[in-house]
Amino acid sequence: MGQIEFKGKNFEVDEDGFIASFDDWTTEWVDYVKTSEGIAELTDEHWAVIHVLQDYYRKHGIAPMVRILTKVTGYKLKYIYELFPSGPGKGACKMAGLPKPTGCV
Amino acid sequence: MALKHATPMLDELEKGPWPSFVSDVKRLAAKGNLMCEDWLGLMELSFKEKEGHWKHGGIVGVFGYGGGVIGRYCDRPDLFPNVAHFHTMRVNQPASKYYNSDVLRKICDLWDAKGSGLTNMHGSTGDIVLLGTTTDQLEPIFYELTHDLKMDLGGSGSNLRSPEGCLGMSRCEWACINTQDIIYDLTQEFQDALHRPMFPYKFKFKSSGCPMDCVAAIARADCSIIGTWRDDIRIDQEAVKGYVGGEIVPHGGAGGPRKDFDIKAEVIDLCPTKCMAFDGKTLKIENSDCVRCMHCIRVMPRALRPGVDTGATILLGAKAPILEGAQLSSVVIPFIKMESPYTEFKEFVEKLWDYWMENGKNRERLGELIQRQGLRELLKAVELEPDPRMVNTPRYNPYIFYDPEKVPGGWEHDATEYRKRHQA
Repeated sequence: MGQIEFKGKNFEVDEDGFIASFDDWTTEWVDYVKTSEGIAELTDEHWAVIHVLQDYYRKHGIAPMVRILTKVTGYKLKYIYELFPSGPGKGACKMAGLPKPTGCV
Repeated sequence: MALKHATPMLDELEKGPWPSFVSDVKRLAAKGNLMCEDWLGLMELSFKEKEGHWKHGGIVGVFGYGGGVIGRYCDRPDLFPNVAHFHTMRVNQPASKYYNSDVLRKICDLWDAKGSGLTNMHGSTGDIVLLGTTTDQLEPIFYELTHDLKMDLGGSGSNLRSPEGCLGMSRCEWACINTQDIIYDLTQEFQDALHRPMFPYKFKFKSSGCPMDCVAAIARADCSIIGTWRDDIRIDQEAVKGYVGGEIVPHGGAGGPRKDFDIKAEVIDLCPTKCMAFDGKTLKIENSDCVRCMHCIRVMPRALRPGVDTGATILLGAKAPILEGAQLSSVVIPFIKMESPYTEFKEFVEKLWDYWMENGKNRERLGELIQRQGLRELLKAVELEPDPRMVNTPRYNPYIFYDPEKVPGGWEHDATEYRKRHQA
């Protein structure tokens, strides 16, 4: 675990750069992560994806399956990769402050 | 040069007449490869403590792709700083694994420079597995791989895994379909599914040219494409006599130079459906009963060959044990002509994936979904008619579960109406 300080806020992160606790998420975090995720400026569409992920996580305690994310946002998966170049799991979930997706490789 | 960590337990694995991965890794470590040196120390610690020291579930990748890189971190970076990051990269193998030595050298040079130098040729899915690199090297490796070597990352996570096929028509006289072309075509066609995970879980295509199934598609692939034929086995009666008379050695000479071939004991009696007969002069095969086990063809390859009206049988649902036990795949399309551009097959796959993505639970393989919902639901989704060939022993079980939609009136019946026609 490492510590990040950005715009007066402190974030505890793991080795993949995910924040340790969803409760620590603030909009400054998104600002901090966007560059390393290959995003210049966030648009409303980025925020739409982030909010869908967060709403789902608050309700179910896990990240949604990709199929659900594309359905709810109405964005095709390829478009989500255009928005978040490292993908919905690594990029969008990280920016939304969700815990790191794990599972079988 | 003395290595940094003593490895008495790993050293045991160097004893005996077999090649040893420990010796290989030590050789690299002795040349000053720091990752290999720490890797040996980490393995020794794991052996000593009987506990793994790799963390589970790192998530790293390259831009634009959601798969192909498996994040790996060690949980004792204080002791083994050079393997603190040790990510795996999967590289999509060329169809049937045909390389020239130039490409192999370039891959090794790339991995020596930007990774640990350790490779696994190949993983069980078929990919080249490059073991051990750091996060900052991922994009440079990806660039070099795709631009200089013209190779691509393979599949990992919940996506289409690198399709795999047997040597097919390039080397084998029994190949009924062009497995190399099929694998290459499917890899190109389904790039999106290969690189951007969208499924409930992993999905594998494997294709074997004949029912011998040299890539074990039936045991491993969610969708197995296995070459077959629908006409008759071709028989060269003169060659049959040659085998019986001891002039031709059976099994292509694999059992040594023998002259005691007994066609009855070694072929006729071993036919699983007893569809063969030999009267001392002519070999007869009742082809309608043949189940394409390939045994007779394998024993007498110069006398018997697959038919000429060739295509593939498509089977679904194999997997290794994870949630449920291991499963072999089951026939859903008894015969399909597999000819480029494979449009009919691809349309079937799209329907299949729609059904699985719509109905599959997280981490549920296609075979498990079919098991949960029944083959009938799958057949409806992919618009196929049920066929006795989809059932292992169709004559064994007389009970048939009809679809209520196909029964006039469904399961609901009016008892009063019934009694008007039938006395109690």
